[in-house]
Amino acid sequence: MCGIVGLFLKDPALEPELGKLTEGMLATLSDRGPDSAGFAIYGEAKKNKTKLTLRAKTGAEMKATADRVAQALSDASIDLHDTHAVVSVEDRSVPRLLEWLAAEAPSIDVVGRGKRMTLFKEVGRPEKVAERFRLAGMRGTHAIGHTRMATESAVTTDGAHPYSTGKDQCLVHNGSLSNHNNIRRTLRREGFDFETENDTEVAAGYLSWKMREGLSLGDALKVSLDDLDGFYTFVVGTENGFGVLRDGIACKPAIMAETDRYVAFGSEYRALAGLPGIEDARVWEPEPSTVYFWER
Amino acid sequence: MPEIDLGTTPLRALNEALHKLRPDTNERHWIIGHPAGRHAIAAGLDVPITVEINGPVGYYCAGMNKLATVLIRGSAGTGVAENMVSGFVHVAGDASQSAGATGRGGLLRIDGNASSRCGISMKGIDIVVKGSVGHFSAFMAQAGNLVVFGDAGDALGDSIYEARLFVRGNIKSLGADCIEKPMRDEHKHALHEVLDRAGLNGQIDPSEFKRYGSARKLYNFHVDNAGAY
Repeated sequence: MCGIVGLFLKDPALEPELGKLTEGMLATLSDRGPDSAGFAIYGEAKKNKTKLTLRAKTGAEMKATADRVAQALSDASIDLHDTHAVVSVEDRSVPRLLEWLAAEAPSIDVVGRGKRMTLFKEVGRPEKVAERFRLAGMRGTHAIGHTRMATESAVTTDGAHPYSTGKDQCLVHNGSLSNHNNIRRTLRREGFDFETENDTEVAAGYLSWKMREGLSLGDALKVSLDDLDGFYTFVVGTENGFGVLRDGIACKPAIMAETDRYVAFGSEYRALAGLPGIEDARVWEPEPSTVYFWER
Repeated sequence: MPEIDLGTTPLRALNEALHKLRPDTNERHWIIGHPAGRHAIAAGLDVPITVEINGPVGYYCAGMNKLATVLIRGSAGTGVAENMVSGFVHVAGDASQSAGATGRGGLLRIDGNASSRCGISMKGIDIVVKGSVGHFSAFMAQAGNLVVFGDAGDALGDSIYEARLFVRGNIKSLGADCIEKPMRDEHKHALHEVLDRAGLNGQIDPSEFKRYGSARKLYNFHVDNAGAY
C-alpha cells in the first residue's frame, strides 16, 4: 500500500515548523506503511559546502565513524542522528571524503548528497523513525517522506524510501513496477550499481540515467511513462521543490492541497488534515500521466 | 439530536452506535464533527436516519448504505456510497475515485467533481455529478443512471451493460462498446425524474444532455471482437 507525503513551503515563516508538520503527516500515514519510513529534508545551503548523509548499521557504529571522519577531514562538521550522520564539508573535499569512506569505513552507506538535501530512512513504525531522527526539530523549505508496506522486496533499511537519484534529488514511490528486473539489467549495462532487489531503486536509477543522457527531470519523468510498466505515484524532491507523477490508470491515490503558504501532497487527505489553514486550501487530485512541479 | 465530535469520540464507537439503532429510533438526526478524512464513517447504516458530517471524509463513507440520508459537508475519499442499496448520499465537495461503485439503488449526488471510475460496475444506483467525472467512469455499468453536468474523461462506459449515461459536456473518449444514443422524450422524462429526486429540479434543462449506452456488441464472445475484450 505505502504512503507518501510532500510539503513545499511558500511562506518562509513556516520554515522552522517544516520538520514538525512533516512528522505529523508521516505519523498519520503509518496505517498505510508500518514497515519502514524515510524522509528527505531540504535545509539551508552553505556557500561552497556539500552535505553528505551517511548511514551505519547502528548508532554506535555511526558515532565511532563520525569521530574518525572528524579526525580525517579537518573541515568536516558533523550532525549525528542515531544511525545517520550529516557530514558537511567543503565542496572540494567531497572526493577525499568519499575515498576515505570507501577505504576506511566500507560498511557505511552514503544515502544522500547535495547542497541542501539530507536524507534519513530506517526500519520501524514511521512515528518511531521520525522520533529517532529528531525530525520535529528540523527546518527547511520542503520535505518529502514515505511510509512503506513492503511488497516487492524485503523489509530492510535498504528497501526503505526515499532513494537518491542524484545531487539534491530523491524519489519516493507508491505502487509496484512489473518490469523492474528488465530495466535493472539495462541500467547495469549502462554502468549503474544496485544495492537491492527493490523496484523503486530501479525507478530512481532510471531517472538518473535519463538525466545523464541530457533530459531535464521533468522530461525524464515524461519518458518514464513509456518505459516503466506497473502502477505508481512518484514524488521527486529537487533542490528547489518537488514534482509529482501518476501513471495513466492512476489507481494509486494522490491528493494535493495548496494555500498561499504551502503546497502539500498526501496519499490520503488524512495526512493533510493537520496542516494550518487546510480548511480553506484548494484541494484536488493530480491528473494521470501529467507531470507537476512546484519550485521556488 | 446526537452530536458526535470525532476529534474526541473514537470512530468505531460512532459506527457501533449507528449500527445499534432500531428502525423506530427517536435519534433520527445525527451531526458529526471533525471527520478529518477518517475512513468508513457512517458505513453500513440500515435505518431511515439523517447523518450530517461537517468536513471532509476518507474512504468508503456511507458505504453499503440502506435507507439513511448522509450529507457530507466537504469532500469524500475513495468509494463514497459504494455498494449503496437505498437512501440518499450528498457530497457537497468533490469525490475521489470509485464514487458509488457497485451501487444497487438509492441516489448519490456530488456537487463538485468526481474522480476516475465514478459509478464503476453500478447495478441500479443513480448518480448525479454537478461537476465532471474522471477516466473509466461507468466501467461495466449494469443498471441505473449516471448524470454528469460537466465533462467525462477517457473511456466513458467501457464494457457497459444497461446503465444509462447522461452527459452535458464533452467526452474525452468513449470506452469499448459504448455509443451515443438518441435522446428521446422518454429519456428526458427519466432524466427529469432523477434530477427531481436529487433536488435539482428546474436547475438544468434535460434536453441539454446527450445519452450514451451499450452498443450490445460485446455481450457474447465473438472472435471478431477479441481485440476489444
